[in-house]
Amino acid sequence: MSSHAKPRIGVLAIQGDYAAHAEALAEVGAEPVEVRNPEQLEALDGLIIPGGESTTMLKFLERRDFFDALKEYVNARPVFGTCAGAILLAREVRHPHQRSLGALDAVVERNAYGRQIDSTILREPTSLPGEPLEMVFIRAPRITEAGAGVEVLARRDGFPVLVRQGKLMAATFHPELSSDRRVHRMFVETAIAQKKT
Amino acid sequence: MSELNGNKSFTGTGLRLKVGLAEMLKGGVIMDVMNVEQARIAEEAGAVSVMALERVPAMIRAEGGVARMANPKLIRQIVEAVSIPVMAKARIGHFAEAQILQELGVDFIDESEVLTPADETHHIDKHAFKTPFVCGARNLGEALRRIAEGAAMVRTKGEAGTGDVVHAVQHMRQIVKEMKALTVLSEQELYAAAKEHQAPYELIRMVAQTGKLPVPNFSAGGIATPADAALMMQLGAEAIFVGSGIFMKERATPLDVENNPVEREEAVSRAKAIVIATTHYNDPKILAEVAEQVTGTMKGLAAAAIEEAQLLQTRGW
Repeated sequence: MSSHAKPRIGVLAIQGDYAAHAEALAEVGAEPVEVRNPEQLEALDGLIIPGGESTTMLKFLERRDFFDALKEYVNARPVFGTCAGAILLAREVRHPHQRSLGALDAVVERNAYGRQIDSTILREPTSLPGEPLEMVFIRAPRITEAGAGVEVLARRDGFPVLVRQGKLMAATFHPELSSDRRVHRMFVETAIAQKKT
Repeated sequence: MSELNGNKSFTGTGLRLKVGLAEMLKGGVIMDVMNVEQARIAEEAGAVSVMALERVPAMIRAEGGVARMANPKLIRQIVEAVSIPVMAKARIGHFAEAQILQELGVDFIDESEVLTPADETHHIDKHAFKTPFVCGARNLGEALRRIAEGAAMVRTKGEAGTGDVVHAVQHMRQIVKEMKALTVLSEQELYAAAKEHQAPYELIRMVAQTGKLPVPNFSAGGIATPADAALMMQLGAEAIFVGSGIFMKERATPLDVENNPVEREEAVSRAKAIVIATTHYNDPKILAEVAEQVTGTMKGLAAAAIEEAQLLQTRGW
């Protein structure tokens, strides 16, 4: 980390494991900010949309013009979505169909691996430097299609589970529930790079 | 997935996955539902999960008789009707009901004192299941005994089916107070603390180090209004269970959400308001707004007026 002021990274705190993300962000030298209202977005260098229930988050986003404010933010600034967050970022959501921000050029299928009993923890190779990455999948969605501009950083059974598209990142697993901080570090570095330009 | 199960440690893969789902439910509302239409309303209102059961606590209280696991056919219908996680209640100690619920694909099992207990000595060995369990507690010792048995989430019991939040408050304050007290003890004092709380030493030590439970701590029992939900969150609850507070009217009768549009709207308004209050629990301006929009509330039953023998919270050991 350079001597610059800490990057301020928001965590959407409508519902879900936003506290776990805030802890992970603090560990990699960022200043986490809990975001509950659209007016808070402006002052941030980046945003994480956490795991939780995507339907619950959508209900809130549809009140008070939050959805449009977030859509604008997602198109302009660095955003990282995990699990429910990845669902919200997608171009299209299936099983069942629901509204999304349409920023990430990908099709996401909800609850694609089954129910909680089918949740699992895997260690898979990744293009991040270092060891294979621990991935905690909980009632996880699947990225069934990804556009040409989407870089795949890790896969499960051939399907992308960690992706990057410009300043957007998405994971169908929960890096915030592991002790490995490589994924969060990568996102914060993206946010710092954007800040300079 | 061969690495799952058979492991009673508090850091094993199985427990991490179970607690992981509880983490995802934080900041949300879990609603008791007795039919598919109520489940749909809950999902529409923004509930993070629904709890399938035969009768909500207010009806169990009014009607008496033996309260059991919901009909598997109903649970299957609810599982198919919504995309959010589905929970269901099993009687305390009734591991066969729990096996059936796991087989049905339920995402979380509530070993609940609201149902008529099946075993007055032993709770279910929850380590034996892949499906996570939530259990009730009134104090730290009870919470840690449940966690030792494999519970992946604790909820303060309160007094279900009353619409009176007083015992939910008492239990949450009690647990938080007892956790804080442990953090200032020296290492040597923790053995006596374990004896006093009648809880495993290892878990007492974990709480002393972190100041919190090793699993999420939700609140339940008597939460009837948006203000009640906000109160419990401010007292330290990480999410809210609502039973009778949403779908009931007077005299322990459920609102007719299937045939009566006015009563359906009443249930929707209450469900939405409690969801919003749980997220914005620290914002009185928003709380005032949502509380205004609620039409009707369940009449309620003062918990202080209930005879000792009629209390649900004293079940569980």
